Amino acid sequence: MKPGLSQLQLDEHGRLRHLLAIEGLSRKQLTDILDRAEEYASSPGQGMRKVPLLHGKTILNLFFEPSTRTRTTFELAAKRLSADVINMQVASSSTSKGETLLDTLKTLEAMQVDLFVIRHQASGAAHFFAQHAAPGVAILNAGDGRHEHPTQALLDMFTLRRRLLARGADFADITVAIVGDVQHSRVARSDIHALRTLGTREIRVIGPRTLIPAGIESMGVKAFHNLDSGLAGVDVVMLLRLQKERMVGALLPSPAEFHCDFGLTRERLQRLDEDVLIMHPGPINRGVEIEGDVAYSRHSLILEQVHHGIAVRMAVMAMILSEVETRGGKI
Amino acid sequence: MKKQHPPNSNADNTHSRKREPASPESQVPSRESRSFLIKHSRLLDPAGDFDGIATLGVRDGRVDYRGSRAPRARYDEVIDAKGLWLMPGVVDLCARLREPGATYKANMQSESPAALAAGITALCIPPDTRPVIDNAAVVVRVNRIAKAAAGAHVYMLGALTQNLAGDALAEMSALQQAGCVGVSNALAPLASSRVARRALEYASSLGLTVHVVPQDAALANGGCAHEGAVALRLGLPAIPVAAETLAIRQWLSLVEDSGARIHFGRLSSARGAELIATAKARGLPVSADVAAHQLFLTEDDIEGFDAQSHVLPPLRTAQDRDALRAAVASGVIDAICSDHQPHERDAKINPFPLTEPGISALETLLPLSLRLVGNGILTPLQMAQRLTAAPARILGINGGSLAVGSRADLLLIDPLREWVLEPEEMLSRGHNTPFAGRTFRGRVQQCFRGSRRGL
Repeated sequence: MKPGLSQLQLDEHGRLRHLLAIEGLSRKQLTDILDRAEEYASSPGQGMRKVPLLHGKTILNLFFEPSTRTRTTFELAAKRLSADVINMQVASSSTSKGETLLDTLKTLEAMQVDLFVIRHQASGAAHFFAQHAAPGVAILNAGDGRHEHPTQALLDMFTLRRRLLARGADFADITVAIVGDVQHSRVARSDIHALRTLGTREIRVIGPRTLIPAGIESMGVKAFHNLDSGLAGVDVVMLLRLQKERMVGALLPSPAEFHCDFGLTRERLQRLDEDVLIMHPGPINRGVEIEGDVAYSRHSLILEQVHHGIAVRMAVMAMILSEVETRGGKI
Repeated sequence: MKKQHPPNSNADNTHSRKREPASPESQVPSRESRSFLIKHSRLLDPAGDFDGIATLGVRDGRVDYRGSRAPRARYDEVIDAKGLWLMPGVVDLCARLREPGATYKANMQSESPAALAAGITALCIPPDTRPVIDNAAVVVRVNRIAKAAAGAHVYMLGALTQNLAGDALAEMSALQQAGCVGVSNALAPLASSRVARRALEYASSLGLTVHVVPQDAALANGGCAHEGAVALRLGLPAIPVAAETLAIRQWLSLVEDSGARIHFGRLSSARGAELIATAKARGLPVSADVAAHQLFLTEDDIEGFDAQSHVLPPLRTAQDRDALRAAVASGVIDAICSDHQPHERDAKINPFPLTEPGISALETLLPLSLRLVGNGILTPLQMAQRLTAAPARILGINGGSLAVGSRADLLLIDPLREWVLEPEEMLSRGHNTPFAGRTFRGRVQQCFRGSRRGL
């Protein structure tokens, strides 16, 4: 391991400077974020309070990949914290017009942005921006290539932790299965790190070998290539979205065959534990990774995940920007 | 005689030019001396399989005396090289000097003297310049700019296919007559195995060696890292070992049929080296090289998305590195090269997958090879052989010999001198190196190319 870079997101006191990846965060650091999110989370129907914490701060959602829901939750989170929010959707082709990514960053920095929420198709993009950001400018990774999507993992953990607490259980008591395209998934990577760090008893990944990277065991998980054997005895099923392009790359024959072999159907659900929990980062592909009914069954946490996304992103933004404040790094 | 630093070299170069040999001025032959005698050095002569203290005389750019005693003849200068190693000049099988075509990265004026200063008296450039070296006119042009640069001797590989497009054969005979020492399609894929077979047959009828960087393009699929634990965690598009072994096997099948000579460049995997070992054991006319950085770096070096370690073929596991070292030691891998790829600063300033691969490596080729000696992997004579005689033989050029009559391409090394690589002190225009700040032991003290002098 190279020293330094993995610590890029933390300051000398272990506080968040940026949020780039779940990897490298300690159990306490993860728990602190989840605890902070509890402060912002409301019960469904209760409505959310707006807090003046980031009044006067500017947050820029800089998305090099199309996204609506993730960007929207980041925007809502920022607004609930009273920050000024700007959304920028940059076509990836615009960087070929002569402006480099570094130029883009420096130009936008000059507009006195305090926090960049960045999504980019290249793995390592968030690290890149953090390495080159001016002191006092923070980077929040909203998904970089296949690398990580840390706020998604945090909201997954937040949702899961609430359910587990209600049952008097803990991560150490559960077996979690992640099903589908792990190979190309930043969500899977972040979730695996988060689940491990929080002490999950067993983590499994399930999918055909074309979608499960060779050597995935090095990340502390067990690989299964058959859904039924992989799901035996699991407490939580995390489904991943299957991208249509996977058919073109000769990774899968058809969505139908994937659904047949790896889709979570009502029939399969009935064979699982009666308290099994189903999660999905959205948007779902009905009839591919999940049967429509299952998404809205009593087992499903999918809408809770979306709901909690706001509180979790508020927590991360608040923590990063208040740390910047206490470091005196801002103009 | 020796050209002072290039007219367009920057201030950093000017600064680093002040780096002087440690030996007293009086021992350094003046630029004008037509003859000089190097006494008391440890002479490493791979061609003669000689490793011992000896005296070497040079007159008019050629070795004219070698022996254990002082010669009768008079020499203009006498160099007392006690404690130093004297070996033939390094022959680098693959260095991109970026000219013609990418002179914003580097050019002949910057790179060829940098090579000479690093102990490389001859180097070979692949044909992927712009324009591509696929016709005699480009060869003439490259020769002209190389000559003007007055550094290392620049040899060329001609293109295997026109414009490296992978389908129509390049005019290999014309390229050969113009001076190309081999043919290659560089990193560009061939359209089909049929083209590969035809190209190989055609080249072999001319006696030309085909230089191949074995990587199956479809399996590599635009990846930027080794398919292993690190790329998996970092989510980087990965290149499996099979991309290398599949390409090697395919070429070996064609060699079996045709008996044509192939050189496999830039091996990266244990299984690749194993295939070469088997092929050699079966008597197939193949040779191989490895880039020096592959013998030291592994996939761990890309941790933290370190673009300075972004190279192609990618850095693989520690087991691969160790197997490559063993293959160099046993001679399965014949030669060590730099795979020099100087870049402008911006080329590495991007998220990792979007950065350009390659290391500015002229100035670390010999130091890393000396480290193999320091680590007990190679003897000094083996090191000299892998860097001089072996690559010269692969290219079919003179080199690697300190016998009387051979061209005085040679270098003096202080094997004990410790120094730290500072990128801003590099003579190459490209300062892209993952070895910045590393301490090396052993450094070139003097480099002679015929009557010309580096450093």
